[in-house]
Amino acid sequence: MSLQIPYEVTPRLDTGVNNAKLGIWLFLASEIMLFGGLFAAYVFLRMGADAWPGLEIYGTGEMATRADQILNVPLATLNTMILIASSMTMVMAWASLKMDNFSRYKLYMGITILLALGFLVVKAIEYGDKFDHHLYPATNNFLGVYFVLTGLHAIHVTGGIIVNAWFWGPGTKMWTQGTARDKAHFANRIEIAGLYWHFVDLVWIFLFPTIYLI
Amino acid sequence: MAHEMSLEEVKKHIRVYLLVFGALAVLTVVTVAVSYVHIPFYPALIVALIIASVKAGLVAAYFMHLVGEKQVIMWVLISAGVFLLALFVLFISSYADQEQLALVTHAVNLSHVA
Repeated sequence: MSLQIPYEVTPRLDTGVNNAKLGIWLFLASEIMLFGGLFAAYVFLRMGADAWPGLEIYGTGEMATRADQILNVPLATLNTMILIASSMTMVMAWASLKMDNFSRYKLYMGITILLALGFLVVKAIEYGDKFDHHLYPATNNFLGVYFVLTGLHAIHVTGGIIVNAWFWGPGTKMWTQGTARDKAHFANRIEIAGLYWHFVDLVWIFLFPTIYLI
Repeated sequence: MAHEMSLEEVKKHIRVYLLVFGALAVLTVVTVAVSYVHIPFYPALIVALIIASVKAGLVAAYFMHLVGEKQVIMWVLISAGVFLLALFVLFISSYADQEQLALVTHAVNLSHVA
């Protein structure tokens, strides 16, 4: 390769970290602001609302006073468990590489991807149920907040699946056919992908109670 | 991690990862259980936010290796946190302002009547 990106594995002397790590953390800081802006909008809309969620409980004629009368808390609890389990398997995938155990890495990364797909399936069931009841993002502010925040989060999950699937499949060449330096580089990439994945988990940790339970 | 870890260190970490996962699962059950009790809004909000913050802290500290991470990463996060706080304060204080405005308008209307 003619162009060598500096400090991709070795730490820079001034920052003490490699550029990949600083880069992902700067990106995550921007993600904090992206989700933070939407959370702030949620607080703003809810503070100004006369009623929240302000919807009729399915076919009862009675107005819901709590989000859990509209949203499916058991399914969302299941999804929370799925996501924290996938965070654990992601960090185990990285630890497996650090222990030079590639087959274990493949196993943990595979489980991480399957759990993430499971999360999306559950999410799709939830969305489908809302649509069946003619509840759409434009129906009211509560549903607007619900769909925008969980939808943006689901897009992030999808992005994570694509990256992790690459590192489970074709991207592994760097480890299986690479030099010792390439292997270090690959383990580093998994750590970076992991930081993103844990952040997606972290966002859900706040989304779940604030939207479903409160 | 900021430094290269030895095999022993990685093995020690794995134990921590499992413990963190267990703690996260238990806290998830707790937060759902509390929501079924239907306590008033503000106490419920505070309890939910405290539990969520503890969970987020565990994920950040151990899964994301923030424990022992270099200062530059901390500063990136602290600055993001400050801006996030500013964003929330701006939104919430705009409501405080509106209430005051409503009171003033009300008072002016009353003085007109008088």
